[in-house]
Amino acid sequence: MITGRFFAAGADRRILIAILLLLAAAVIVPILNLAVPPTSGLHLPSYIVALTGKYLCYALLALALDLVWGYCGILSLGHGAFFALGGYAMGMYLMRQIGDRGVYGNPLLPDFMVFLNWKELPWFWYGFDQFWFAALMVMLVPGLLAFVFGWFAFRSRVTGVYLSIITQAMTYALLLAFFRNDMGFGGNNGLTDFKDILGFNVQASSTRSALFAATALALALAVFVTWRIVGSKYGKLLMAVRDAESRTRFLGWRAENVKLFAFTVSAVMAGIAGALYVPQVGIINPGEFDPANSIEVVIWTAIGGRGTIVGPIIGAILVNTGKSWFTGALPELWLFALGGLFVAVTLFLPKGIVGMWDQWRSYTKVRHAASAEASPPPAEPPAIVRVSSDKVSGWKDEPGLPEPQPAE
Amino acid sequence: MNKSVPNCPRLSRIASSSDGRSVEHWSTTWRDVFAILFFAMALIFHFSPPAQADEAALRTIIAKFATAKNFQATVQIVGELAATGDPSVERSLTALSNGELYFRKADASVFIGKEQGQAILLADPLNGDGAGEAAKAEVTKIKVNNTLRRTIRDALGGLTLSSADPAARLAAARTMFKTPNAATIEALDAAILNEAVASVKKQLEQARASAVLVSDLPASEKLAAISVLKARGDRDALSLLTAFATGAEDGAVKEATEGAIAGITGTLAIWNAAQNVWYGVSLGSVLLLAAIGLAITFGVMGVINMAHGEMVMLGAYTTFVVQNVIRTSFPGLFDWSLAIALPLAFLVAGAVGLAIERGIIRFLYGRPLETLLATWGVSLILQQAVRTIFGPTNREVGNPSWMSGGFEIGQLAITWNRLWIVVFSLGVFAILLYVMKRTPWGLQMRAVTQNRRMASSMGIRTPWVDALTFALGSGIAGIAGVALSQIDNVSPNLGQGYIIDSFMVVVFGGVGNLWGTLVGAFSLGILNKFLEPYAGAVLGKILVLVLIILFIQKRPRGLFALKGRAVEA
Repeated sequence: MITGRFFAAGADRRILIAILLLLAAAVIVPILNLAVPPTSGLHLPSYIVALTGKYLCYALLALALDLVWGYCGILSLGHGAFFALGGYAMGMYLMRQIGDRGVYGNPLLPDFMVFLNWKELPWFWYGFDQFWFAALMVMLVPGLLAFVFGWFAFRSRVTGVYLSIITQAMTYALLLAFFRNDMGFGGNNGLTDFKDILGFNVQASSTRSALFAATALALALAVFVTWRIVGSKYGKLLMAVRDAESRTRFLGWRAENVKLFAFTVSAVMAGIAGALYVPQVGIINPGEFDPANSIEVVIWTAIGGRGTIVGPIIGAILVNTGKSWFTGALPELWLFALGGLFVAVTLFLPKGIVGMWDQWRSYTKVRHAASAEASPPPAEPPAIVRVSSDKVSGWKDEPGLPEPQPAE
Repeated sequence: MNKSVPNCPRLSRIASSSDGRSVEHWSTTWRDVFAILFFAMALIFHFSPPAQADEAALRTIIAKFATAKNFQATVQIVGELAATGDPSVERSLTALSNGELYFRKADASVFIGKEQGQAILLADPLNGDGAGEAAKAEVTKIKVNNTLRRTIRDALGGLTLSSADPAARLAAARTMFKTPNAATIEALDAAILNEAVASVKKQLEQARASAVLVSDLPASEKLAAISVLKARGDRDALSLLTAFATGAEDGAVKEATEGAIAGITGTLAIWNAAQNVWYGVSLGSVLLLAAIGLAITFGVMGVINMAHGEMVMLGAYTTFVVQNVIRTSFPGLFDWSLAIALPLAFLVAGAVGLAIERGIIRFLYGRPLETLLATWGVSLILQQAVRTIFGPTNREVGNPSWMSGGFEIGQLAITWNRLWIVVFSLGVFAILLYVMKRTPWGLQMRAVTQNRRMASSMGIRTPWVDALTFALGSGIAGIAGVALSQIDNVSPNLGQGYIIDSFMVVVFGGVGNLWGTLVGAFSLGILNKFLEPYAGAVLGKILVLVLIILFIQKRPRGLFALKGRAVEA
């Protein structure tokens, strides 16, 4: 039933389309940027490539959050921390690649360490001159943090609001920690002034196109993985935990393990998003840990539609395009717009754009069927929906499908 | 009268103890000065001006500056002036030390002069009255060097010691304590014998002790001085003793010094701990103020109000506006500005809270995570609105006079504004507790919180209780803003700085429990301040956050969890 609920209205086909679109973008955008001459109308300027690449990183982050929030009911207000940690791991690799081309020309130490009078490389910087090691750390560090954090939190059954608040405390603590110069991560300037990635110039438009293609591929892969997870038996368990955690536990499942799995996978995805983000933006600093950023990720997901796979991607791209436009055209009004968006979405679009679309589609379908059979329209199901959603969690259902009631 | 009669024998003691000292004119003059001075004081209850040396005599001495051939001669004249013990010579001595004493070449009369362009404004050396002006060529500056300046400083210190104003004497004693000089011992001895105010006398004795340490007096005197300093037991005494211990030879004196140092270090550690507790209490009161409104909206109503910090900010900006109006229209009322701002801030923040509840939150009850998002949106809007209206920079909110300054208890420095905020936060807490526990409205609030449907069945208008409760929580955040405007920067980001801390306090203390918020705020504040000296401010805060995260694992419902079946949300 639950699977039916989520893959109704052609959800499968939609995911396929999304994956194909991303793959196509991974091929076409670099071609339009590199092969088409700048004079042609079809030419994509490099800055658009970099900007879109950034949006896709955000989309990957939003998808990661959706896996835990939309499918497992864990509202993490600290996903920006995993994103930033992945970004820092990549940034450390890029710093080591600068070598003796820095301002101080020290072959081993990054500039800020020379500046702070450090004599040798701290132990946690070892290995980051190798790409494979950095790539491993990009996944391992956020994953490990999420695992340890989740291990403690889910075992002691910290749920709901409390969990949200301690995830926020986590990212806030990391923000404060990374601002410290003695942490060895460049203090509040962060890591920047990158030169090479895998031997290619970070600034070159060919590298940018390649990074864009990598991001699009990673996002496509993440969509596929999320889809497989959500569609598997484990995915059903995820949703069971989301809808009725106690009941799932009473049935003999270990809810904490289910959550821990989702949380860790999600953190790894966020870390990868951060790692792809840093070379495209050219800087990583502690500001990425700001709790406000993590909350913003939540709104991308909410606008697109949580509990759907395509929704967060749409939401992230839409909101960030809006942000780029607003901050350029009407900078004072951006916060008003963003704040209004938060309010409007929670009040009027509890299921996001994709959710509304589905609801509208199924509603018209039902009406079509009803008028075709000339039977009275199904007035009952919507009534049930209203009762349950008022009472519980805003999870309105497709008409005609009963909603699982959470244990009380 | 009575008070001063027993002091009479002092006269003879001054005389005897001063006899046979090396600097003859010092002892004789001090004897004279104190005899006269003391007599006068005894006669008219300490309120008379100090005895005046004959003004003409003073003028004769000052006139000698014009004829002094070298620095030694000038030093001698300074000595003579100081020997008169007349406070009015202070003016000319200060001027001399600043290089502002001149004499006119024509008649060799001495003036205080201020350069003004090519001319020099002249003033009388004794009473400072204007005396016309002279061209630079007409007058000669009386030269000073560092030795002379030192002599003048010592002389001035001695002069203020005999000032009629106890505060001036106290200040002089303090300065002498910090710059010990063996030459001042006699003057101090005399002053101590003559001093009637206990606190000043104590300070004088301590100044004497510090001077004894640097003098070449016998060991017995030094031992006595060490015990005096040990009794004082503060950082200044410690540094004096440490300096003395490094130069001291082995023996009883050195042992006593080291004992005193150890003793003082021990006392200071206790005071230090007390100071940390005070800082912690102060931080805790700030946290309590910021969190207590949240304890109602979040703790009692279950609404995650991320716009709570912005209510605090609105309160602070209300204070700013009130002070601005007062500054421009009613400057006399400035000391009342906070009292005026309090109800206004409550109303402003409360009204905004009411609007938020009626406009947004009432549609979201039972969906706590979505109230979080919606109120976060509201907070962004409020921030940007304030930024648009008042500008992005910090606004200046002044302290009324009764909130500036501070005082000391032992080694404990307490500023008035911090103390008032502690008192204020406890007052707000008490009022809130009263409202919740003792008024019908509080009863309704608790009823709605515990069982909404039952309360509704009993005839309570739950929507209105919700709205008013939210307004109350917001209003309290507003008056917290009035208090916080006194110690923090009033900027559009003011609220952001408090929101995470406030949530930590409420969650740590236990949701739905005002006492939990109180205990949570103060324990987090004190913990933070105790970690700070060891870990630094930032790391201390990180540690507190980590500790809270770990604590939540242990007690997922906070320190004082609500007991009952309605736990699983």
